[in-house]
Amino acid sequence: MPADTANPFTGTTVGISVENVNKSYGNVNVLRDISLDVKPGEIFCIMGPSGSGKTVLLKQIVGLEKPTSGRVLIDNFDASDPETRTKVHLAFVFQAGALFNSLSVYDNLALYPREHRLGDENSIRERVRHALSILSLEKAADKMPSELSGGMKKRVAIARALVMEPQLLVYDEPTAELDPILSATISEIIATLREQIAVTSLVVTHDRALALGIADRIAIIMDGRIRTISTAQELKHNTEPIITDFMNPVIDPKNPRFRKLEPNNE
Amino acid sequence: MLKRFVLFCENFGAALIMLANSARHLKTLPRQFSRFIDQCYLIGYTTMPIVTILSFFIGSVLALQSGYSMENFGANQFIGTLVGLSMARELGPVMVAILVTGRAGSAITAELASMNVYQEIDALKTMNIPPERILVLPRLVAVLFMMPVLSMVANLCGWYGGAIVCQYTQFISVDTQSYFAALKRYMNFKDILDGLMKAEVFGFVVVTICCHIGLTVRGGPREIGAAVTNAIVTSLIFILVLDYFITMALL
Repeated sequence: MPADTANPFTGTTVGISVENVNKSYGNVNVLRDISLDVKPGEIFCIMGPSGSGKTVLLKQIVGLEKPTSGRVLIDNFDASDPETRTKVHLAFVFQAGALFNSLSVYDNLALYPREHRLGDENSIRERVRHALSILSLEKAADKMPSELSGGMKKRVAIARALVMEPQLLVYDEPTAELDPILSATISEIIATLREQIAVTSLVVTHDRALALGIADRIAIIMDGRIRTISTAQELKHNTEPIITDFMNPVIDPKNPRFRKLEPNNE
Repeated sequence: MLKRFVLFCENFGAALIMLANSARHLKTLPRQFSRFIDQCYLIGYTTMPIVTILSFFIGSVLALQSGYSMENFGANQFIGTLVGLSMARELGPVMVAILVTGRAGSAITAELASMNVYQEIDALKTMNIPPERILVLPRLVAVLFMMPVLSMVANLCGWYGGAIVCQYTQFISVDTQSYFAALKRYMNFKDILDGLMKAEVFGFVVVTICCHIGLTVRGGPREIGAAVTNAIVTSLIFILVLDYFITMALL
């Protein structure tokens, strides 16, 4: 973890503290008593099967939703308070990019500094070009999001997050729907950004290679509960059946799960 | 029934909060001038051709029908008054509001709902950019600006549609000069002003409903179509119900 590197934008990085968070939609409890701490400058991955509550947890952390009980603190500010976003530079890279389809790549990146009046048009242009150059996207500046491939959309989404000069970068499934080479590129970008700008990174992913390759610590979440929080090395040697089943799934046609799919067994 | 009423109250309250949040950002309007112009184009310019055509023919039909009936009483000379007042006080504003709902309101709901479904609204929130500021406020101001313009165009086209029919239909045969003389004699500026006021209220309500429904869509792409239908139906009901109460208040 690059603890000595200072964030070039704000000089500081931020930590996250999730304290006994529960989240319910009607009678469905999606998150149950979740507690975890993300240290400043750390790359922290959250893994878990589909429907385990990973994205819901992210929404509580970035303040898009309010927990039913418990709280999330970012640098000691309550994440659900809209004012927190004015105090902490937080950027969210959405799973599908969430690029503004009516704006060009350049305007997607320039929206944040323009709306927050962070300088004149020349300085905004410099800021946007710098972010585009970090992600090697200079030639895509004038393209519309609909003209981009899946991998490029992800990179543009990361570039848009960088324009916000973040202290905390939150990624939701950054390698989903990408081929292995593009996934590796995105993993490298996440790791490099931490080295370059000392940003705290929180990554929700299914991608074992990504998590084991770049994370300082990994949390496994299942059925809305945290099962373990450990380093990649510790996780590889974890012998709990529920963890090994998830980390090293074996495809066995004789497995009862598959037999259920056979029409004669219904 | 009670559940529906509670849902209506919730939506009404949420729409009011959206309006209040938009009003908080009024001072940002000068630097959103290009967005305001874009919305004026969408609401005003793109609706203008259909408003022109329909109001011309509504004025024509009104003159034709009233000429057919009034001929029996020898009251043809009052057709100009009837068409003039009907267009200015009632048909102009209501028809423009309905056309704005169908042409611009549906586009607003579809755009905002699709932004919501594809997480663009969430992206704005995480960027600390209130959606009301850049998505709702320019539309509300644009509709307040464009509704009187569209209503006046509708009135003029309707009046001229009526005039042409009166001039060239054999059983009416009221010349243009007499038609407009009758129109002027029994109409005053207040009649036109009342119609424009109605149009302003209708436009404001339509854009509020369409923005609110677009911004509160939940689910996937299928819900975008349902949201558009919901926005149009709700807007039409509001236009006609409000029309009654505003007319009663203005008479």
